[in-house]
Amino acid sequence: MSQLASLTFYHNDDARPVIEAILADNPGVQVLNMPGVVKLDREGDIVIKRTTVEERLGRPWDPQEIHLILISMAGNLDEDDDAFSVSWKHPPPFNRG
Amino acid sequence: MSAKKLGLKQRYAHMTRGLDWETSYQPMDKVFPYDSFEGIKIKDWSAWEDPFRLTMDTYWKFQAEKERKLYAVIDAFAQNNGQTGISDGRYANVLKLFLTGISPAEYQAHRGFAFAGRHLRGVGPRVAAQMQSLDELRHLQTQIHTISHYNKHFDGISEFSHMHDRVWYLSVPKSFFDDARSAGPFEYMIAIGFAFEYVLTNLLFVPFMSGAAYNGDMSTVTFGFSAQSDESRHMTLGIEVIKFLLEQHPDNLPIVQKWVDKWFWRGHRVLGLVAMMMDYMLPKPVMSWKEAWEIYYTQAGGALFQDLARYGLRPPKYADIATAEAEHISHQNWAIFYQYTHAAAFHTWIPDAKHMDWLSEKYPNTFDKYYRPRWEMWGRMAKEGKRFYNMALPQLCQTCQIPMGYTEPGDPTTIAFRSSRFRGETYHFCSDGCKDIFDAEPEKFAQSWLPVHQIFQGNCGGATIPDVLNYYRLANGADNLDYVGSPDEKLWNEWQADKLKTAV
Repeated sequence: MSQLASLTFYHNDDARPVIEAILADNPGVQVLNMPGVVKLDREGDIVIKRTTVEERLGRPWDPQEIHLILISMAGNLDEDDDAFSVSWKHPPPFNRG
Repeated sequence: MSAKKLGLKQRYAHMTRGLDWETSYQPMDKVFPYDSFEGIKIKDWSAWEDPFRLTMDTYWKFQAEKERKLYAVIDAFAQNNGQTGISDGRYANVLKLFLTGISPAEYQAHRGFAFAGRHLRGVGPRVAAQMQSLDELRHLQTQIHTISHYNKHFDGISEFSHMHDRVWYLSVPKSFFDDARSAGPFEYMIAIGFAFEYVLTNLLFVPFMSGAAYNGDMSTVTFGFSAQSDESRHMTLGIEVIKFLLEQHPDNLPIVQKWVDKWFWRGHRVLGLVAMMMDYMLPKPVMSWKEAWEIYYTQAGGALFQDLARYGLRPPKYADIATAEAEHISHQNWAIFYQYTHAAAFHTWIPDAKHMDWLSEKYPNTFDKYYRPRWEMWGRMAKEGKRFYNMALPQLCQTCQIPMGYTEPGDPTTIAFRSSRFRGETYHFCSDGCKDIFDAEPEKFAQSWLPVHQIFQGNCGGATIPDVLNYYRLANGADNLDYVGSPDEKLWNEWQADKLKTAV
């Protein structure tokens, strides 16, 4: 059975580079647009890489800034200085410290 | 050379662990008296993981930023008379139901997490519960501040707090949180942290708030998403708490499973109000309840319970019934409020032809067959001057406290009734789910404050409808009855006329 990992963001300028980074790094991600929000779904996992966001943003980006734009999620979450992920895979896409 | 900056994981470990101590003046069991009676066994509190790794200093920084953004929007909305730009005057009624029914529950959640934070002896969950307690208080405050602007113009809002403790349908969310808060701290964490926050609140805060955006309510969508941005942290806490309990000891599984079953069903019943808000109360609907249930329960819940199966946990009991009810629940709930509009603190209406067509499209299996004929009949009766009011007080379900208006699984033409005997009394239920919950804890649920029983016992201001409305502080002829003919409608029509004049 399908297990979608999911992230939902505000549809605004702060979230746009993060959404673009997800589209770039996660092949097969599905986009559901609703008024005011964007829901991104992908089988198994979604990873946000700091460097990909920074390329688009043109400034340093702390993955914890995601708190300002993230509305909802599905999956087991992992976060460190370089990436943020939600996943149903075991082990997760990058190891826990 | 300066010292190397600590990584996020190290920083989190330093800022959250080793902050507690073994007590010496009093035994630990006396300091934490509530974390053993529920039967949950914890071998190692330090195994708790908080994947967001949010420390208090970062928490304040992000929350302050969220507040600045939110209040800028609220101010702009008020300064620009945003209330005149909503899709229709009817829209304000979802805010009335939200503020009277849901915002006080945010306050209950604040108190519940403060309690859980105090009484769980592991430092990881205590930090997380403390943050969530503060979040919930913020949600209440921002909701009051946002909706207070509507209170300047629309009826049915000003007595929300007084009403929450008294009005019949508000006892549904109130008793839900009373039940959770009078449980032990572990059950509370599964009830609110897991079942409600992870499995169910998306249904309220994502598609419904998206609906607020679609209906021109910039201020509500902003508080909704601002609250929901805390919610993703809460969801993570919920999933962490259940994994932690299941990993700690095999004996925890049956206890946790019983709570998951109970709180899924209770949450499903409470969210029936949201189903009705989405399908009937948004003048411009955005997504049907059934579609939202498919995305947020069937898909998201399916993935979650598939993951948790490795601990032996199965999906909640009666999830199949809840999914089947997604075809019916909004229609049945709005029909209850239509019949009892004289005792509700918001306005009701019969959906217009265009809206009914939308419902037919979204509910091809049920709307035209079971629900459209009833709305059309009530519409004809209203035209003939015989608008239907149900003047009998309804029998309430002892567990969820909703009037017994729901139908049998698989037979939408027969009302479902269940009952149990306890200490010589008969108790009534709307469903097998609610009956099971009572049967597992009859001593608790036999004490329920049921609004209809309280009216009959003479505890609600008197025996007539005006007496009871007075007790509710519900202004007859303004707060209640149909939207058509209400002071709200008159005001809305004046605003529209003004706009036309300005346009000319």
